[in-house]
Amino acid sequence: MKKLSLVLAAALLAGTALATTARAADELTIVSWGGAYQESQRKAFFEPYIAAGNKITEAEYSGEIAKVRAMVEANAVTWDVVDVDTQMALAGCAEGSFETIDWGKLGLDKAKFIGGDVTDCAVPNILYSTVAAFDTSKTAEPANLFEALFDTAKYPGKRALQKSPFVNLEWALMADGVAPEEVYKVLGTNEGVDRALKKLDTIKKDVVWWTAGAEGPQLLADGQVVFATSWNGRFYNAIKNDKKPFKIIWDRQAPDWDFWAIPKGTPKIEEAYRFISFASDAQRMADQTKYISYGPANMDSEAGIDPAILPDLPSAQDNLKTVFYPDPQFWGDKGDELRERFNAWLAQ
Amino acid sequence: MAMAQALPHDATMRTADGTPLKVALARAERREKLKAFALVSPLFAFIVLSFVFPILVMLYNAAHDPDVADNMPLTIAALAQWDGKDLPSEEVYAAFVTDMKAAQQNRQVALIGKRLNYEISGIRSKVIATGRKVGALDQPPFKEAVIAIDPIWGETETWATIERSSSAYTPFYMLSMLDMRQAVDGSVERQPQERRIYIDVLKRTLGISLLVTLMTLIFGYPVAYLLATSPQKTASILMIFVLLPFWTSLLVRTTAWMILMQDDGVFSQFMSITGITWLLNLFGQIDGSPRLFHTRFATVVAMMHIQLPFTLLPIYSVMKTISPNYMRAAKSLGGTPFYSFVRVYMPQTLPGVAAGCLLTFILSLGYFITPALVGGPSDQMISGFIFSATNNENNWGKASALGVILLIATIILYYVYNKLVGIDRMKLG
Amino acid sequence: MAVPSYYTRGETVAYYALRAFVGLVLLFLISPIIAIMPLSFNSETFFSYPMPGYSLRWYDDFFLNPRWSGALKVSFIVALATTALATFLGTLAALGLARVNFYGKSSVMAVLISPMIVPVIISAVGMFKFYALLGVAGTRLGIILAHTALATPFVVITVTATLSSFDKTLMRAGASCGAAPHTVFFKVVMPLILPGMISGALFAFVTSFDEVIVVLFLASPEDRTLPLQMFSGIREMISPTITAAATVLVLISTALLVTVELLRRRSERLRGVRA
Repeated sequence: MKKLSLVLAAALLAGTALATTARAADELTIVSWGGAYQESQRKAFFEPYIAAGNKITEAEYSGEIAKVRAMVEANAVTWDVVDVDTQMALAGCAEGSFETIDWGKLGLDKAKFIGGDVTDCAVPNILYSTVAAFDTSKTAEPANLFEALFDTAKYPGKRALQKSPFVNLEWALMADGVAPEEVYKVLGTNEGVDRALKKLDTIKKDVVWWTAGAEGPQLLADGQVVFATSWNGRFYNAIKNDKKPFKIIWDRQAPDWDFWAIPKGTPKIEEAYRFISFASDAQRMADQTKYISYGPANMDSEAGIDPAILPDLPSAQDNLKTVFYPDPQFWGDKGDELRERFNAWLAQ
Repeated sequence: MAMAQALPHDATMRTADGTPLKVALARAERREKLKAFALVSPLFAFIVLSFVFPILVMLYNAAHDPDVADNMPLTIAALAQWDGKDLPSEEVYAAFVTDMKAAQQNRQVALIGKRLNYEISGIRSKVIATGRKVGALDQPPFKEAVIAIDPIWGETETWATIERSSSAYTPFYMLSMLDMRQAVDGSVERQPQERRIYIDVLKRTLGISLLVTLMTLIFGYPVAYLLATSPQKTASILMIFVLLPFWTSLLVRTTAWMILMQDDGVFSQFMSITGITWLLNLFGQIDGSPRLFHTRFATVVAMMHIQLPFTLLPIYSVMKTISPNYMRAAKSLGGTPFYSFVRVYMPQTLPGVAAGCLLTFILSLGYFITPALVGGPSDQMISGFIFSATNNENNWGKASALGVILLIATIILYYVYNKLVGIDRMKLG
Repeated sequence: MAVPSYYTRGETVAYYALRAFVGLVLLFLISPIIAIMPLSFNSETFFSYPMPGYSLRWYDDFFLNPRWSGALKVSFIVALATTALATFLGTLAALGLARVNFYGKSSVMAVLISPMIVPVIISAVGMFKFYALLGVAGTRLGIILAHTALATPFVVITVTATLSSFDKTLMRAGASCGAAPHTVFFKVVMPLILPGMISGALFAFVTSFDEVIVVLFLASPEDRTLPLQMFSGIREMISPTITAAATVLVLISTALLVTVELLRRRSERLRGVRA
């Protein structure tokens, strides 16, 4: 009797587990960058979408496009919509990791989107920028970005940088004296990369490397670093919502786009299109600026943006004085090998 | 009685129904063996399917890389005639253009570029750019046109690399693991200085594992001794201190260390209170408060914390079986306490020590979570690189090759462990 | 802790030194676990002492936030399924292994125990590719299969250990009393190896419940387990909900540990081994 009931119990358990293995038929899995940015997407897009009678599973990642590639290659795609940056969109498109977007199906006019023709495989959603920031209550304002990041004599202490070569290498080269127009020509050579890494070597032992967007502001708040880089919206959120005395250094800000992409082979492609269409609505994208200081890619959204936030957007005139635009094509082509070089340098 | 009369009278022993005892016994034993097989086979089949096959797949991926072979079939066929000396002929270039056009159509160009890039740094972007521009080439001659797109197609090394990658099976990943590569002429040579990482990683992994094993032995042996020789009640209470961490999730323990090791965290405060920080500052070792987080120190300490029960428990179970009479006998024969301990007691504990240390060493080799969370970038062990190769680089060939190295090390040690200790004698608590 | 009167001076010193040393080591072993628990009651988002105030807000987050409670639910489902499957397969195998010495037994044993020894990441890498071929990558079933493979060695070891001290004459006694083989099994063998089975089942449960590397590779966002949720959140170290999760896990571990201990004592009593 005991054994029988044990066997029954086991069968029941196994049965329940197996029954729950099938992916819920109507849930859409959306993957984004977590933290304050995903919170803003939640408020502006996900919650209204759920209120309209749909189901969403959210997930986060820190830009590991390798995961998408691995899923597509193995034909085990579990992510339905992914928020990617420009180099990921380009690289992913070139190697067939993302579905080609049918704008007609979305019901949207490509011409109305800034960055709409950057790639076939993704729909632009925001304009963000990589910047540095510091705590005004602890540190004096630096004259420019390079002083902030590289002058450890004048500003002793640790810096927080993204654990990625993206933008860090360009900033290093410019700090080393390369003119902005020449940066990608230099970076295209092995010696150029070495030069950038050598410049980073001068501060290597003082760097705390972050991977998730939320870490930069957190490290700054905890006092673990004197300067931190992150995406401008994350700092904005820390200043506005957490009331931190931070100031963003707009010098050499590096703007870039984010896109919605659909991994190739997902079984939920219809639902993915529906969501992207929903989230690309002009008013909804304008609403997102209520929660984070990123510029909407939909040109029609401009009318709906609250004027109070305009000065904090990367596109504000005052912030564009020394703007440096990263070359997405360069990164789409060379991103992988530069990441490998960078990781090897890090591991030494 | 009738039965007895029917039995033949000879010297062999027989069972009740007349079969020779030997035969009956053999038959019974075979039945037993079959029953045993039947009981074991479900699990065995399951393990083979869900565990062994994946490992075989991984081994396969370490050598199987069809990216170039599948996507450049015409080029490779044409290259068969190439002598390897000067640039290939026009046919090769024509075939190349056809292949690239098809690859561009099928979005496979990036894969070709990725694969070739492992050998020729920087070629990936050129391959992708070439894929885009090759659509414009309609008329022969193709040779100059292709070289005009990018001079790299005018170098013999490029074509030699393509020819080398023409088979679906390649030694490339395995050679990289030993910091070697194939030179242009096909011989094996060492990688240039800045690309040699993996032997160092292997040494680092072995070194950290060895250090952790030694530390757990030094700290665990006395504890095991006290546990084994204390009266039952005390020993039970002390055991809780050992078993509770053992049963606590690895992630929880590592998280605890992360929090404790933070700058201005508990550990740092502890060091300042006990004056260790002051001492270290005095000797110029550090400046201000110590940076513990993301260091080798933190990694070793955290790993030691997790592995201590693994080393301790086998030693303890061996020690429990050692009768106290040995020590008494040694002392009564005139040995000093210290001498008796070293010459009489310790050798008897050797099997437990070997079991515990080997187990800890094997397990330490495979550590991933702890170095990833409390260690710095230069403390990553082999598993960390495997994870990084799959998660950040989508380079499954590299991940698999690294896995092969780790697996070989593990199997060798596992074999040693089996010979010395015997897996069937493994005890848990 | 009285020092025996016949101890030499050196031995007395060693006696106290040993106890002091062991005390420190045991403190080292237990303190991280103890230290992290109070932090879960911290009212602020800090991770160090002294704490400004006390609050249960992180436990609220843990039990009410669907991210965490969903992960807890998935972890339990996967772990229970794994335990059921692993205990069943493992016990069968242990019974087979204990019976008879067949050719190749030690190699079979080696294969069955290997998931415990081979670094998990190796199998995880292979599992992703292979399970994708089978169509179970990214499904809960895939995780259960993988976890079962990792958990069965524990069941095999504990049940084998119990069987090794099992007195086979009891089986013959049962048979001689007229019981059929399966009755002998259910009425005589099972009750005696039950502690070993349950012990193994608990090990299997813990193995699955705590496992994070395989789920990193095989889980889809809908199958997030608790350790995965913790691991993803740990780097950011933003929310002390992790400490609440950790405390809950410690309590579960303690409960399991106590159960195993009680079982061990019971089993020793039943088999007539002097406790």
